[in-house]
Amino acid sequence: MIIVAGTPGAGKTSVMTHTIKQLLNKGNKPAVVKIDCLYTDDDARYGKLKIPTLVGLSKDMCPDHFAIYNLEEMAEWAEKEGVDTLIIETAGLCHRCAPYTKNSLGICVIDATSGPNTPRKVGPFLTSADVVAITKGDIISQAEREVFRERVLEMNPKCTIYDVNGLSGQGCAEISEEIMEAKDIVDLENEELRHNAPLCVCTLCVGETKVAKKHHRGVLRRIDGFTKYIGE
Amino acid sequence: MNIEEIKIIGGFNKFGESEKVTELVVKRGEIFGVVGPTGSGKSNLISDIEQLAQGDTPSNRKILVNGKVPDVEMRRDPRKRRIAQLSQNMNFLADMTVEEFLIMHAKSRGMNSEGIVDRVIELANKLTGEPIEKDYNLTILSGGQSRSLMVADVAVISDSPIVLIDEIENAGIKKHEALELLAGCGKIVMVITHDPVLALMTTRRVVMRNGGMTEIIETTEEEKEVSQRLSEIDSWMLSMREKVRHGEKLNLKDIETPAVSGN
Repeated sequence: MIIVAGTPGAGKTSVMTHTIKQLLNKGNKPAVVKIDCLYTDDDARYGKLKIPTLVGLSKDMCPDHFAIYNLEEMAEWAEKEGVDTLIIETAGLCHRCAPYTKNSLGICVIDATSGPNTPRKVGPFLTSADVVAITKGDIISQAEREVFRERVLEMNPKCTIYDVNGLSGQGCAEISEEIMEAKDIVDLENEELRHNAPLCVCTLCVGETKVAKKHHRGVLRRIDGFTKYIGE
Repeated sequence: MNIEEIKIIGGFNKFGESEKVTELVVKRGEIFGVVGPTGSGKSNLISDIEQLAQGDTPSNRKILVNGKVPDVEMRRDPRKRRIAQLSQNMNFLADMTVEEFLIMHAKSRGMNSEGIVDRVIELANKLTGEPIEKDYNLTILSGGQSRSLMVADVAVISDSPIVLIDEIENAGIKKHEALELLAGCGKIVMVITHDPVLALMTTRRVVMRNGGMTEIIETTEEEKEVSQRLSEIDSWMLSMREKVRHGEKLNLKDIETPAVSGN
């Protein structure tokens, strides 16, 4: 199982379509699930590759949470389709969680033009990834590319970094190799997340719109750093 | 490892036909030119070399270093990379000061950053009009300042045996000085240029068309003479450009007798 996360517009789908072409050339049979919030036409892009494609729209729920809650369904679907590799691409919202599970291959796609401070701002989907694909490096200077890479390594010293071009597909051959070598999840029932989801179960999460303090329930964190739980 | 030569093994052009130039070897100490109309694939050739492509880019070219396939680490890790590239893309997006950026870059290249910031800025300021200060934010630098900083960065921090330069003439900086600074001694230098002065400063040049290498031209003795004359005209132009820059007026006398010494 491969889980792909990344900042919006970084080029996750472009990187994955090139990578999937490489997988198909190598005789691997992949399927893709695209998780998005409100809208996607990426299934049409994946559909062109003539591989099983499924879309999940999380609507007003966090797409990463939605992806995690539906892992078993997705795995069952992939099994029925008789594929070798299941690729789950999730949109991500706040970048405070990492949808990767311990035995999946976690791929983070991040855009070099977003500036070298971005790796410090995006949290566990970068810091707990196995593979980091840096896109759009061709539109900045070599020096800036190297500085960006250094920042990624500061945040995640263990990851393998690939410079990837989403337009030409350069660099995707290496990512397809990583996917071919990724281990299988043998016991999905006991599979765990690599990093906990953000601490934010509150009344707003379930639809409360009133803003005053007296309506707040759940895990509440104030701007002065005070954290408490109100509720049963 | 001393890099004595790089070999480019031709791949395909934009139409999927084999490149006419099937093999190109550039040796240490050589300044090699890349010419061709816009869109002919010059930058792609340079980026194939920068990535040490092994048939995995759209052109399908392969790059050998000292006759051998370079190891994966050399391709991937900037600390082991022996290639410095000065690309056309000179707009800084990094929200940091010049000093922070240079220290980070030195770190990414595994260098001790002591004294480096001052050295890079001093060199950069020799190439550009308005001086750069180390506490300037990168994003406010002008085109000429950015380019100068990058040239100096390549000369000091990414000081590498292979130097790739993409259209330095568009920089609005002193291109001769920049090229001299970058070429150093005993390096392999490849320079993309439309500028006849720079093109004729090279020993050989490859002609690009439709994404493929089509021909290699050796710079003739006659061309070297042409180059000499063009340099004179160029420095004459430059002297007038400087006058305009400094708010002086030009008159007809200025163009009657080219000032050979220039500047």
